[in-house]
Amino acid sequence: MKVEEKILPDPSALKKEILSKYPSKIAKKREKQLIINDPEKDQPIQANVRTIPGIITQRGCTYAGCKGVVLGPTRDIINLVHGPIGCSFYAWLTRRNQTKPPSPDAPNYMMYSFSTDMQDSNIVFGGEIKLKAAIREAFEIFKPKNIGIFSTCPVGLIGDDVHAVAREMKEELGINIFGFSCEGYKGVSQSAGHHIANNGVFKHVVGLNDTPVEGKYKINLLGEYNIGGDAFEIERILEKCGITLISTFSGNSTIDSFEQAHHADLNVVMCHRSINYLAEMMETKFGIPWFKVNFIGAEATAKSLRKIGQYFEDKALIDKIEEVIAEEMPPVKEALEKIKPRTKGKLAMLFVGGSRAHHYQELFNELEMETVSAGYEFGHRDDYEGRKVIPTIQVDADSRNIEELHVEKDETRYRPRKTEEQLKALEAKGLEISGYSGMMPSMKKNALVIDDVNHWETEKLIEFYKPDVFCAGIKEKYVVQKMGIPLKQLHSYDYGGPYAGFAGAINFYKDIDKLTGATVWKYLQAPWETHKQVEANFVIDVL
Amino acid sequence: MKTTATYKENTTAAATTNACKVCSPLGASVAFKGIKGCVPLIHGSQGCSTYIRRYLISHYKEPVDIASSNFSQDTTIFGGHRNFNKGIDNIIRQYKPEVIAIASTCLSETIGEDIKGLISAYKAQHKDEPLPHFVAVSTPSYQGTHMDGFHEAVASIVAAFAERRFKRSHINLFPGFVSPEDIRHLKEILEAFGIEAIILPDYSESLDNPNWEEYHRIPPGGTSVNDIKKTGSAQASIEFGHILNLGNINNSVNDSKVNPTGAAFLQNNFGIPNMRIGMPIGIKATDLFFEKLEGIAQIKTPEKYTKERGRLIDAYIDGHKYVFGKKAVVYGEEDFVIAMMMFLDEIGIEPVLCATGGESGKAQDRIRQLTGNSKLTILQGMDFETIASLSRELKPDIMIGNSKGYYIARELNIPLVRVGFPIHDRMGGQRILHLGYKGTTQLFDSICNALIEYKQNNSPVGYKYM
Repeated sequence: MKVEEKILPDPSALKKEILSKYPSKIAKKREKQLIINDPEKDQPIQANVRTIPGIITQRGCTYAGCKGVVLGPTRDIINLVHGPIGCSFYAWLTRRNQTKPPSPDAPNYMMYSFSTDMQDSNIVFGGEIKLKAAIREAFEIFKPKNIGIFSTCPVGLIGDDVHAVAREMKEELGINIFGFSCEGYKGVSQSAGHHIANNGVFKHVVGLNDTPVEGKYKINLLGEYNIGGDAFEIERILEKCGITLISTFSGNSTIDSFEQAHHADLNVVMCHRSINYLAEMMETKFGIPWFKVNFIGAEATAKSLRKIGQYFEDKALIDKIEEVIAEEMPPVKEALEKIKPRTKGKLAMLFVGGSRAHHYQELFNELEMETVSAGYEFGHRDDYEGRKVIPTIQVDADSRNIEELHVEKDETRYRPRKTEEQLKALEAKGLEISGYSGMMPSMKKNALVIDDVNHWETEKLIEFYKPDVFCAGIKEKYVVQKMGIPLKQLHSYDYGGPYAGFAGAINFYKDIDKLTGATVWKYLQAPWETHKQVEANFVIDVL
Repeated sequence: MKTTATYKENTTAAATTNACKVCSPLGASVAFKGIKGCVPLIHGSQGCSTYIRRYLISHYKEPVDIASSNFSQDTTIFGGHRNFNKGIDNIIRQYKPEVIAIASTCLSETIGEDIKGLISAYKAQHKDEPLPHFVAVSTPSYQGTHMDGFHEAVASIVAAFAERRFKRSHINLFPGFVSPEDIRHLKEILEAFGIEAIILPDYSESLDNPNWEEYHRIPPGGTSVNDIKKTGSAQASIEFGHILNLGNINNSVNDSKVNPTGAAFLQNNFGIPNMRIGMPIGIKATDLFFEKLEGIAQIKTPEKYTKERGRLIDAYIDGHKYVFGKKAVVYGEEDFVIAMMMFLDEIGIEPVLCATGGESGKAQDRIRQLTGNSKLTILQGMDFETIASLSRELKPDIMIGNSKGYYIARELNIPLVRVGFPIHDRMGGQRILHLGYKGTTQLFDSICNALIEYKQNNSPVGYKYM
């Protein structure tokens, strides 16, 4: 399908066909999770609800969100996984997070995967003794300043108290040790683990170091995980603009930097889903305002930088930012002009993450490709529809499992960075303070928005749209490619990247050009075969 | 210099740092992918299925569907039966599978789920409906490694289906955890001998598919249930491996609790003789395999393979000067390491460190018995952190094993020849041939070339002629 006009095709028939194969109970549920977009209209989408057993889900577990996503990219902490061996092994740098210690001897434990490797005697008699021994051992060998303990499924069941162990060991060893109750079965996806990680980092780390940080424009970047070196490109740009990045949660990060995060005057949020809790809690406790940015896409990067300039209301910074943009843009434009004639009008779909499906649409817009369908794997309603719907989100039993920290103003360190009036004035100028309007309002009319897409729907989507590129992760990669469509991995970038910032945008344009222009697809048919279309033979029938 | 012989196995280490093993449900999942028309289900939290799929997909570069019963907090309290039933219902409706194979997890085992009971209850509830076959294996990840999971799963499959009533015109071959290419090669060899064989598991297609004209929800390939039934009527079984699932022992589980392997089960219960031999890697081990085949087929080894053997010897002769006396670090599963050590012993590479994450306690004796070389040492229960620290002292010339040794090879600036599982930083892990004369020749070439390339890269002259 080639979209010539600006209006996307109406997918009502597709939606109907998809739903028609479901038993009525499932059809009713899925109907609320498949929305034909209209940016002019508020349409609720159902999200963050349990996956149906027996359906192949792409979702991970709470542990994956906590250890793998949020704490995984921090280099100066020993992340000790309390459980049988698999969990630690599977989260062993599989997300391709990168890090750059300032010197070869600076602490960096990211290439390690630590596990208590629980055996059945530990299940029967309890694993606390082994956990303590492992902590002492890790301390002896590595002398880390921080140790995090991550609970896997059996830990919660046998009643090991990782928090008590953490307190005891902290006392004994004199370093910071804290635990996470991130057993895999809690919550409906990895999203629960993000929340638990946010809580833990906020409770045990943020604000520990009151030594002031030098710098005129001090910010934290939240929800950037340095996959494929994205953080390095963003750091380069911010530095060029003269903006002091105190800490990134958590790409290329250190616990040391988290301890000083409360000195920032602004928090900018990339991945809203995984980190908005920290932004909110820091605002309440320390008075640091936050807003949403996106460094995926050259235009989006420029826009995000301008927002930071606008917030600080400082002419020198605003001018510097314009100068940097003017300097960075020409090579981007040059690459784009070469590639765009080939990508223009091609179709993309993105089913990934809790923010990536939104962010990467910017890059496809720049390539003048159309995003015909998109959805999140573990997003919530606010990631789709914007934070305005938060008060109307039903809190179900799964979400109630996850602790909501009660946060109050810090008596001595709370310092409002802007007055109410100043914030109002900024908002009047279009700066969305403490806000995120979600993915759906920025998508075109008739784009099909799908939460937690499944196999059957993927097949139907491909059949209907015949997209030129499908963006998802490794679990979908070979399924989609077997259907004859190139897949771009937006979790680990197929070993590519960075894709953030200006240099990253150029990388992405080139990679998408290569992907959509690949010659390999011409050879699918052997000369002795009669022409056959790759066809769907799925039937779905679920309860 | 400290050698592995003087290194005391550190059995007191509390933490495992950079494990040289994976958990048992992963091994079971691989075995289940080798049954025709089978959808595996992991009974536990959805992360187990997602992580295991993720890992298998990055090695095999194929769709790998493994269902989950998606435990949530209340499931851990009230039990998994509702999720189990719903999961089974949905797999049946979506996939129309011939077999549903269920592996347990640390979660379902800890709360004491009785999977066999769940299956019986499900069958009773649906007694008037056509149902797929069920297989269940107990794979708590706190027992043993992925190899134990693999062999336990194979044994469960055999136990679920084997029957006596078929013609005894065939043999069984249990190749263990080898690559799809290995299985394809074994099939070719058996065919050349005119031996009818049931290979279990057979994921030579299902985990290494060609491009398709139409999408298959369940990838084609695998051992059919009908063939698995016939395993109970075979003339004999050949089983590769010396250690198999003997590693499924630790402090609180007695030796006696280890289930017999598939072939051992058939020997004990069906009287089918079990020829247990090592993985056929290297001349000696492959000769033994071909000897067995000659005995079964009652024919001489076909010329094709005598020539393959001849070429392998020829390669050994031509290449020995590049490898002889070199020091290697070998790591991986116990049986794989044993097979590689025998091969290296043949070509004159000194395996200065042989490490495995398994803990059967039997590998050491076995390798000395097999080679007669009392200097060969296998360190069991190893993790990569220990392998790294020993390697720094031992100064090997080459590492041989899966992708996980990359950091060490990088640090020591020595070549890494990637073999085994997992290989997730290269193409073609599923197409590596390890077995037979042909596989050994390829391994030999790879090792020689890695050493030559290293020499070239580090030579000030840059010779381009051997």
